[in-house]
Amino acid sequence: MRNLIALPVIILAVILQTAIVSRISLLSGMADLPLVMLAAWALQEEVETSWHWASATGLLVGFVSGLPWFAPILGYFVVVALAQILQRRVWQAPLLAMFSVTFVGTIIASLLSLTVLRLSGVPLPVSDVLGLLTLPSVLLNLLLAIPTYAVMRDLARWVYPFPEVE
Amino acid sequence: MRNLFSRTLQTTIIFLVAGGVMALALGGYFSSSSNVFTVSLVNLQSWFSSRFVAVQDFLTAPRDIASLRQRNADLEADNAELQAQVIQLQQQVGETQILAALVDFSRANPENTYRAAAVIGRDPSPFLHYVIINRGSNDGILRGMPVVTGQGLVGRVDAVIADAARVQLITDPASSVNVRLQNAETEASLVGSVTGDVTLDLIPQDIRIEIGDLTLTSGLGGGYPPDLIVGQVVNVRSRDFDLFQQATVQPVVDFNRLEIVLVIVNFKPVDISPLIPIP
Repeated sequence: MRNLIALPVIILAVILQTAIVSRISLLSGMADLPLVMLAAWALQEEVETSWHWASATGLLVGFVSGLPWFAPILGYFVVVALAQILQRRVWQAPLLAMFSVTFVGTIIASLLSLTVLRLSGVPLPVSDVLGLLTLPSVLLNLLLAIPTYAVMRDLARWVYPFPEVE
Repeated sequence: MRNLFSRTLQTTIIFLVAGGVMALALGGYFSSSSNVFTVSLVNLQSWFSSRFVAVQDFLTAPRDIASLRQRNADLEADNAELQAQVIQLQQQVGETQILAALVDFSRANPENTYRAAAVIGRDPSPFLHYVIINRGSNDGILRGMPVVTGQGLVGRVDAVIADAARVQLITDPASSVNVRLQNAETEASLVGSVTGDVTLDLIPQDIRIEIGDLTLTSGLGGGYPPDLIVGQVVNVRSRDFDLFQQATVQPVVDFNRLEIVLVIVNFKPVDISPLIPIP
Protein backbone atom coordinates (compact mmCIF):
# COMPACT_ATOMS: atom_id res chain seq x y z
CA MET A 1 0.00 0.00 0.00
CA ARG A 2 2.86 2.36 0.78
CA ASN A 3 4.04 1.94 -2.81
CA LEU A 4 1.24 4.29 -3.80
CA ILE A 5 3.41 7.11 -2.51
CA ALA A 6 5.04 6.86 -5.94
CA LEU A 7 2.18 8.74 -7.57
CA PRO A 8 2.29 11.94 -5.48
CA VAL A 9 6.09 11.87 -5.42
CA ILE A 10 6.38 11.56 -9.20
CA ILE A 11 3.72 14.20 -9.81
CA LEU A 12 5.44 16.52 -7.35
CA ALA A 13 8.81 15.96 -9.01
CA VAL A 14 7.43 16.77 -12.46
CA ILE A 15 5.64 19.86 -11.13
CA LEU A 16 8.84 21.05 -9.45
CA GLN A 17 10.75 20.35 -12.66
CA THR A 18 8.42 22.37 -14.89
CA ALA A 19 7.71 25.17 -12.43
CA ILE A 20 11.12 25.76 -10.83
CA VAL A 21 14.02 23.61 -12.02
CA SER A 22 13.40 24.33 -15.72
CA ARG A 23 13.70 28.05 -15.04
CA ILE A 24 17.19 27.67 -13.55
CA SER A 25 19.54 27.19 -16.45
CA LEU A 26 23.28 27.06 -16.86
CA LEU A 27 24.18 28.07 -20.42
CA SER A 28 21.44 26.13 -22.19
CA GLY A 29 21.39 23.18 -19.81
CA MET A 30 19.09 22.52 -16.91
CA ALA A 31 18.79 19.91 -14.21
CA ASP A 32 16.49 16.93 -14.63
CA LEU A 33 14.92 16.33 -11.22
CA PRO A 34 12.84 13.28 -12.27
CA LEU A 35 15.96 11.64 -13.69
CA VAL A 36 17.99 12.23 -10.53
CA MET A 37 15.05 11.09 -8.39
CA LEU A 38 14.75 7.86 -10.38
CA ALA A 39 18.48 7.23 -10.13
CA ALA A 40 18.38 7.70 -6.36
CA TRP A 41 15.29 5.51 -6.01
CA ALA A 42 16.67 2.69 -8.15
CA LEU A 43 19.91 2.67 -6.13
CA GLN A 44 18.09 1.86 -2.89
CA GLU A 45 18.79 -1.76 -2.03
CA GLU A 46 15.30 -2.73 -0.91
CA VAL A 47 13.41 -1.04 -3.75
CA GLU A 48 11.73 -3.37 -6.25
CA THR A 49 9.52 -0.93 -8.10
CA SER A 50 12.08 1.13 -10.02
CA TRP A 51 10.75 0.12 -13.43
CA HIS A 52 7.22 1.11 -12.46
CA TRP A 53 8.51 4.47 -11.27
CA ALA A 54 10.45 4.94 -14.52
CA SER A 55 7.40 4.10 -16.63
CA ALA A 56 5.11 6.44 -14.71
CA THR A 57 7.65 9.28 -14.68
CA GLY A 58 8.47 8.84 -18.35
CA LEU A 59 4.81 8.87 -19.33
CA LEU A 60 4.12 11.99 -17.28
CA VAL A 61 7.18 13.86 -18.58
CA GLY A 62 6.35 12.73 -22.11
CA PHE A 63 2.85 14.11 -21.66
CA VAL A 64 4.05 17.48 -20.38
CA SER A 65 7.03 17.89 -22.68
CA GLY A 66 7.15 18.61 -26.37
CA LEU A 67 9.48 15.64 -26.84
CA PRO A 68 8.03 12.49 -28.42
CA TRP A 69 6.42 10.55 -25.56
CA PHE A 70 8.74 7.56 -25.78
CA ALA A 71 11.97 9.58 -25.51
CA PRO A 72 11.75 10.30 -21.75
CA ILE A 73 10.62 6.73 -21.06
CA LEU A 74 13.63 5.32 -22.88
CA GLY A 75 15.96 7.70 -21.08
CA TYR A 76 14.57 6.83 -17.66
CA PHE A 77 14.70 3.10 -18.40
CA VAL A 78 18.39 3.50 -19.21
CA VAL A 79 18.94 5.32 -15.91
CA VAL A 80 17.16 2.60 -13.91
CA ALA A 81 19.07 -0.14 -15.70
CA LEU A 82 22.36 1.62 -15.00
CA ALA A 83 21.42 2.10 -11.36
CA GLN A 84 20.53 -1.55 -10.91
CA ILE A 85 23.75 -2.70 -12.54
CA LEU A 86 25.85 -0.38 -10.38
CA GLN A 87 23.88 -1.02 -7.22
CA ARG A 88 24.95 -4.68 -7.30
CA ARG A 89 28.58 -3.85 -7.96
CA VAL A 90 29.25 -0.67 -6.02
CA TRP A 91 26.88 -1.31 -3.13
CA GLN A 92 29.44 -0.30 -0.51
CA ALA A 93 29.74 3.24 -1.90
CA PRO A 94 26.21 4.42 -2.62
CA LEU A 95 27.18 8.06 -3.23
CA LEU A 96 29.79 7.03 -5.76
CA ALA A 97 27.15 4.93 -7.47
CA MET A 98 24.73 7.85 -7.36
CA PHE A 99 27.22 10.20 -8.99
CA SER A 100 28.13 7.60 -11.61
CA VAL A 101 24.51 6.87 -12.52
CA THR A 102 23.68 10.57 -12.65
CA PHE A 103 26.69 11.36 -14.82
CA VAL A 104 26.30 8.52 -17.31
CA GLY A 105 22.50 8.54 -17.20
CA THR A 106 22.28 12.24 -17.99
CA ILE A 107 24.63 11.90 -20.96
CA ILE A 108 22.78 8.88 -22.36
CA ALA A 109 19.34 10.45 -21.83
CA SER A 110 20.57 13.64 -23.49
CA LEU A 111 21.97 11.75 -26.46
CA LEU A 112 18.71 9.80 -26.76
CA SER A 113 16.69 13.03 -26.88
CA LEU A 114 19.13 14.48 -29.40
CA THR A 115 18.81 11.42 -31.63
CA VAL A 116 15.02 11.34 -31.44
CA LEU A 117 14.74 15.06 -32.22
CA ARG A 118 17.19 14.89 -35.10
CA LEU A 119 15.32 11.92 -36.54
CA SER A 120 12.09 13.92 -36.33
CA GLY A 121 13.65 16.71 -38.36
CA VAL A 122 14.73 19.26 -35.75
CA PRO A 123 18.07 20.78 -36.79
CA LEU A 124 20.28 20.41 -33.70
CA PRO A 125 24.05 20.82 -34.04
CA VAL A 126 25.73 18.08 -32.01
CA SER A 127 28.64 20.22 -30.85
CA ASP A 128 26.33 22.92 -29.50
CA VAL A 129 24.19 20.35 -27.75
CA LEU A 130 27.15 18.65 -26.09
CA GLY A 131 28.93 21.83 -25.03
CA LEU A 132 26.09 24.13 -24.14
CA LEU A 133 23.39 21.72 -23.04
CA THR A 134 24.57 18.27 -22.03
CA LEU A 135 27.61 19.16 -19.95
CA PRO A 136 25.90 21.96 -17.98
CA SER A 137 22.96 19.61 -17.40
CA VAL A 138 25.35 16.97 -16.07
CA LEU A 139 26.85 19.49 -13.65
CA LEU A 140 23.44 20.65 -12.40
CA ASN A 141 22.25 17.06 -12.00
CA LEU A 142 25.37 16.22 -9.99
CA LEU A 143 24.59 19.16 -7.70
CA LEU A 144 21.10 17.79 -7.18
CA ALA A 145 22.31 14.24 -6.64
CA ILE A 146 23.23 14.33 -2.93
CA PRO A 147 20.10 15.99 -1.51
CA THR A 148 17.87 13.91 -3.76
CA TYR A 149 19.64 10.73 -2.69
CA ALA A 150 19.12 11.58 0.99
CA VAL A 151 15.41 12.24 0.47
CA MET A 152 14.87 9.07 -1.56
CA ARG A 153 16.78 6.98 0.97
CA ASP A 154 14.45 8.17 3.73
CA LEU A 155 11.46 7.53 1.50
CA ALA A 156 12.68 4.01 0.73
CA ARG A 157 13.07 3.28 4.44
CA TRP A 158 9.53 4.48 5.02
CA VAL A 159 8.10 2.44 2.16
CA TYR A 160 10.17 -0.67 2.97
CA PRO A 161 10.69 -0.65 6.74
CA PHE A 162 13.30 -3.03 8.17
CA PRO A 163 11.71 -6.19 9.65
CA GLU A 164 11.80 -6.12 13.46
CA VAL A 165 14.18 -8.66 15.02
CA GLU A 166 12.77 -10.38 18.13
CA MET B 1 -2.35 90.84 77.10
CA ARG B 2 0.38 93.06 75.78
CA ASN B 3 2.51 89.99 75.12
CA LEU B 4 -0.24 88.36 73.06
CA PHE B 5 -0.72 91.56 71.07
CA SER B 6 2.95 91.86 70.31
CA ARG B 7 3.11 88.17 69.06
CA THR B 8 0.09 88.66 66.85
CA LEU B 9 1.59 91.81 65.52
CA GLN B 10 4.90 90.05 64.91
CA THR B 11 3.16 87.16 63.04
CA THR B 12 1.14 89.62 61.00
CA ILE B 13 4.24 91.57 60.08
CA ILE B 14 6.11 88.40 59.15
CA PHE B 15 3.23 87.26 56.90
CA LEU B 16 2.99 90.67 55.35
CA VAL B 17 6.72 90.77 54.68
CA ALA B 18 6.70 87.23 53.30
CA GLY B 19 3.65 87.98 51.17
CA GLY B 20 5.25 91.16 50.01
CA VAL B 21 8.45 89.38 49.07
CA MET B 22 6.48 86.69 47.23
CA ALA B 23 4.42 89.33 45.47
CA LEU B 24 7.57 91.15 44.43
CA ALA B 25 9.17 87.86 43.35
CA LEU B 26 6.09 86.91 41.31
CA GLY B 27 6.08 90.38 39.89
CA GLY B 28 9.58 89.75 38.56
CA TYR B 29 11.41 92.22 40.77
CA PHE B 30 13.82 89.55 42.06
CA SER B 31 14.30 87.80 38.71
CA SER B 32 18.08 87.56 38.81
CA SER B 33 18.31 86.29 42.37
CA SER B 34 15.18 84.09 42.07
CA ASN B 35 16.55 82.53 38.90
CA VAL B 36 19.64 81.38 40.73
CA PHE B 37 17.47 80.00 43.45
CA THR B 38 15.02 78.21 41.15
CA VAL B 39 17.80 76.78 38.98
CA SER B 40 19.45 75.40 42.09
CA LEU B 41 16.15 73.94 43.18
CA VAL B 42 15.47 72.42 39.81
CA ASN B 43 18.94 70.92 39.65
CA LEU B 44 18.51 69.45 43.09
CA GLN B 45 15.10 68.12 42.13
CA SER B 46 16.53 66.60 38.97
CA TRP B 47 19.38 64.99 40.88
CA PHE B 48 17.02 63.38 43.34
CA SER B 49 14.59 62.39 40.62
CA SER B 50 17.25 60.79 38.44
CA ARG B 51 18.68 58.86 41.38
CA PHE B 52 15.22 57.68 42.32
CA VAL B 53 14.42 56.60 38.78
CA ALA B 54 17.75 54.76 38.58
CA VAL B 55 17.02 52.92 41.80
CA GLN B 56 13.49 52.20 40.64
CA ASP B 57 14.74 50.88 37.32
CA PHE B 58 17.22 48.70 39.11
CA LEU B 59 14.56 47.25 41.37
CA THR B 60 11.95 46.74 38.62
CA ALA B 61 14.33 45.79 35.79
CA PRO B 62 13.49 42.08 35.43
CA ARG B 63 9.84 42.80 34.97
CA ASP B 64 10.58 45.50 32.39
CA ILE B 65 12.98 43.31 30.43
CA ALA B 66 10.33 40.64 30.22
CA SER B 67 7.76 43.14 29.05
CA LEU B 68 10.27 44.66 26.62
CA ARG B 69 11.08 41.26 25.21
CA GLN B 70 7.41 40.57 24.74
CA ARG B 71 6.96 43.95 23.13
CA ASN B 72 9.98 43.33 20.90
CA ALA B 73 8.60 39.98 19.85
CA ASP B 74 5.24 41.57 19.07
CA LEU B 75 6.93 44.28 17.03
CA GLU B 76 9.08 41.76 15.19
CA ALA B 77 5.97 39.76 14.35
CA ASP B 78 4.26 42.93 13.13
CA ASN B 79 7.36 43.81 11.12
CA ALA B 80 7.48 40.38 9.49
CA GLU B 81 3.81 40.62 8.62
CA LEU B 82 4.27 44.08 7.13
CA GLN B 83 7.29 42.94 5.12
CA ALA B 84 5.24 40.05 3.74
CA GLN B 85 2.54 42.53 2.81
CA VAL B 86 5.12 44.77 1.13
CA ILE B 87 6.42 41.85 -0.95
CA GLN B 88 2.87 40.85 -1.86
CA LEU B 89 2.04 44.41 -2.85
CA GLN B 90 5.23 44.69 -4.91
CA GLN B 91 4.25 41.53 -6.77
CA GLN B 92 0.80 42.94 -7.36
CA VAL B 93 2.31 46.17 -8.66
CA GLY B 94 4.51 44.17 -11.04
CA GLU B 95 1.53 42.16 -12.28
CA THR B 96 -0.52 45.31 -12.65
CA GLN B 97 2.22 46.92 -14.75
CA ILE B 98 2.38 43.85 -16.99
CA LEU B 99 -1.41 43.75 -17.32
CA ALA B 100 -1.51 47.48 -18.07
CA ALA B 101 1.03 46.95 -20.87
CA LEU B 102 -1.06 44.08 -22.22
CA VAL B 103 -4.22 46.20 -22.10
CA ASP B 104 -2.39 48.95 -23.98
CA PHE B 105 -1.30 46.40 -26.57
CA SER B 106 -4.83 45.04 -27.01
CA ARG B 107 -6.19 48.60 -27.35
CA ALA B 108 -3.54 49.37 -29.95
CA ASN B 109 -4.51 46.22 -31.89
CA PRO B 110 -8.29 46.11 -31.65
CA GLU B 111 -8.66 43.83 -34.66
CA ASN B 112 -7.71 40.82 -32.53
CA THR B 113 -9.46 39.19 -29.60
CA TYR B 114 -7.15 38.25 -26.77
CA ARG B 115 -7.23 35.86 -23.83
CA ALA B 116 -4.70 36.54 -21.07
CA ALA B 117 -2.88 33.59 -19.54
CA ALA B 118 -0.19 33.15 -16.91
CA VAL B 119 2.96 31.18 -17.64
CA ILE B 120 3.01 28.36 -15.08
CA GLY B 121 5.91 26.26 -16.26
CA ARG B 122 8.50 25.41 -18.83
CA ASP B 123 9.25 22.29 -20.79
CA PRO B 124 11.17 19.77 -18.67
CA SER B 125 13.52 19.07 -21.58
CA PRO B 126 16.37 21.53 -22.16
CA PHE B 127 16.25 20.72 -25.88
CA LEU B 128 12.91 22.44 -26.36
CA HIS B 129 11.69 25.96 -25.72
CA TYR B 130 8.09 25.61 -24.67
CA VAL B 131 6.11 27.22 -21.89
CA ILE B 132 2.95 25.99 -20.21
CA ILE B 133 0.08 28.45 -19.72
CA ASN B 134 -2.92 28.17 -17.44
CA ARG B 135 -5.62 28.46 -20.13
CA GLY B 136 -6.88 25.58 -22.19
CA SER B 137 -9.75 24.41 -24.36
CA ASN B 138 -12.25 25.41 -21.64
CA ASP B 139 -11.21 29.01 -22.32
CA GLY B 140 -11.46 28.70 -26.09
CA ILE B 141 -7.77 28.08 -26.71
CA LEU B 142 -7.04 25.97 -29.80
CA ARG B 143 -3.89 24.50 -31.26
CA GLY B 144 -2.08 26.90 -33.56
CA MET B 145 -3.30 30.14 -31.99
CA PRO B 146 -0.58 32.83 -31.85
CA VAL B 147 0.68 34.02 -28.48
CA VAL B 148 1.98 37.55 -27.90
CA THR B 149 2.92 39.98 -25.15
CA GLY B 150 2.82 43.74 -25.09
CA GLN B 151 6.26 43.75 -26.72
CA GLY B 152 5.66 41.33 -29.56
CA LEU B 153 5.41 37.74 -30.76
CA VAL B 154 6.00 34.90 -28.28
CA GLY B 155 5.05 31.78 -30.24
CA ARG B 156 2.01 29.65 -30.86
CA VAL B 157 -0.07 27.08 -29.05
CA ASP B 158 1.29 23.61 -29.68
CA ALA B 159 -0.92 21.38 -27.52
CA VAL B 160 -4.04 21.96 -25.46
CA ILE B 161 -5.79 20.21 -22.60
CA ALA B 162 -8.87 21.39 -20.73
CA ASP B 163 -7.24 23.91 -18.41
CA ALA B 164 -3.70 24.33 -19.76
CA ALA B 165 -1.83 24.63 -23.01
CA ARG B 166 1.73 24.24 -24.21
CA VAL B 167 3.18 27.10 -26.24
CA GLN B 168 6.07 26.69 -28.64
CA LEU B 169 8.29 29.77 -28.39
CA ILE B 170 9.84 31.31 -31.48
CA THR B 171 13.23 30.44 -29.94
CA ASP B 172 12.51 26.71 -30.13
CA PRO B 173 14.84 24.85 -32.53
CA ALA B 174 11.83 23.42 -34.37
CA SER B 175 10.13 26.80 -34.73
CA SER B 176 9.99 28.59 -38.05
CA VAL B 177 8.20 31.91 -38.58
CA ASN B 178 7.76 33.70 -41.87
CA VAL B 179 8.78 37.31 -41.33
CA ARG B 180 9.47 40.43 -43.31
CA LEU B 181 12.12 43.07 -42.76
CA GLN B 182 10.40 46.39 -42.44
CA ASN B 183 13.08 48.59 -43.99
CA ALA B 184 14.40 46.15 -46.57
CA GLU B 185 10.91 45.14 -47.70
CA THR B 186 11.93 41.52 -48.08
CA GLU B 187 10.74 38.29 -46.55
CA ALA B 188 12.69 35.68 -44.69
CA SER B 189 12.34 32.75 -42.36
CA LEU B 190 13.03 33.14 -38.67
CA VAL B 191 14.30 29.98 -36.99
CA GLY B 192 15.11 29.22 -33.37
CA SER B 193 17.99 27.26 -31.93
CA VAL B 194 18.89 25.13 -28.95
CA THR B 195 20.64 28.10 -27.33
CA GLY B 196 17.59 30.34 -27.66
CA ASP B 197 19.10 32.57 -30.34
CA VAL B 198 16.88 33.37 -33.31
CA THR B 199 18.25 33.69 -36.81
CA LEU B 200 16.87 35.04 -40.05
CA ASP B 201 17.47 32.70 -42.93
CA LEU B 202 16.62 32.63 -46.62
CA ILE B 203 17.35 36.34 -47.17
CA PRO B 204 18.28 36.93 -50.81
CA GLN B 205 21.86 38.01 -51.37
CA ASP B 206 20.92 41.19 -53.24
CA ILE B 207 18.97 42.61 -50.33
CA ARG B 208 20.73 45.18 -48.16
CA ILE B 209 20.09 44.64 -44.46
CA GLU B 210 20.96 47.18 -41.82
CA ILE B 211 21.60 46.48 -38.16
CA GLY B 212 18.56 47.65 -36.25
CA ASP B 213 16.04 46.72 -38.95
CA LEU B 214 12.71 45.74 -37.48
CA THR B 215 11.37 42.25 -38.10
CA LEU B 216 7.63 41.64 -38.33
CA THR B 217 5.53 38.60 -39.11
CA SER B 218 4.61 38.46 -42.79
CA GLY B 219 1.50 36.32 -42.45
CA LEU B 220 2.71 33.99 -45.19
CA GLY B 221 1.89 30.35 -44.61
CA GLY B 222 -1.09 31.18 -42.47
CA GLY B 223 0.62 30.30 -39.20
CA TYR B 224 0.70 33.80 -37.74
CA PRO B 225 -1.20 37.01 -38.38
CA PRO B 226 0.81 39.68 -40.20
CA ASP B 227 2.59 42.67 -38.66
CA LEU B 228 3.38 41.30 -35.21
CA ILE B 229 6.72 42.65 -34.01
CA VAL B 230 9.35 39.93 -33.61
CA GLY B 231 12.66 41.68 -33.03
CA GLN B 232 15.54 43.70 -34.40
CA VAL B 233 18.49 42.67 -36.53
CA VAL B 234 21.69 42.78 -34.49
CA ASN B 235 24.11 41.00 -36.78
CA VAL B 236 24.28 40.24 -40.48
CA ARG B 237 26.29 37.42 -42.07
CA SER B 238 26.70 37.61 -45.80
CA ARG B 239 29.19 35.39 -47.62
CA ASP B 240 29.69 35.35 -51.37
CA PHE B 241 29.55 31.57 -51.69
CA ASP B 242 26.25 31.25 -49.76
CA LEU B 243 22.91 31.21 -51.55
CA PHE B 244 21.28 33.33 -48.87
CA GLN B 245 22.27 35.85 -46.23
CA GLN B 246 21.72 35.20 -42.58
CA ALA B 247 21.03 37.63 -39.75
CA THR B 248 20.81 37.31 -36.00
CA VAL B 249 17.72 38.83 -34.47
CA GLN B 250 17.29 40.13 -30.93
CA PRO B 251 13.69 39.28 -29.97
CA VAL B 252 11.72 42.10 -28.40
CA VAL B 253 10.28 39.67 -25.85
CA ASP B 254 12.41 38.63 -22.88
CA PHE B 255 11.67 34.90 -22.88
CA ASN B 256 13.40 34.34 -19.54
CA ARG B 257 10.94 36.61 -17.77
CA LEU B 258 7.65 35.59 -19.36
CA GLU B 259 4.87 35.85 -16.79
CA ILE B 260 1.65 36.80 -18.54
CA VAL B 261 0.90 36.35 -22.24
CA LEU B 262 -2.01 37.01 -24.58
CA VAL B 263 -3.44 34.33 -26.84
CA ILE B 264 -5.05 35.67 -30.01
CA VAL B 265 -8.22 33.60 -29.97
CA ASN B 266 -9.88 34.93 -33.12
CA PHE B 267 -7.03 33.87 -35.39
CA LYS B 268 -7.62 30.64 -37.32
CA PRO B 269 -4.31 29.16 -38.46
CA VAL B 270 -4.27 27.69 -41.95
CA ASP B 271 -2.80 24.24 -42.36
CA ILE B 272 -1.05 24.32 -45.72
CA SER B 273 0.81 21.03 -45.24
CA PRO B 274 -1.54 19.13 -47.66
CA LEU B 275 -0.58 21.65 -50.35
CA ILE B 276 3.15 21.07 -49.96
CA PRO B 277 4.32 18.47 -52.47
CA ILE B 278 6.02 15.44 -50.93
CA PRO B 279 9.26 14.60 -52.78
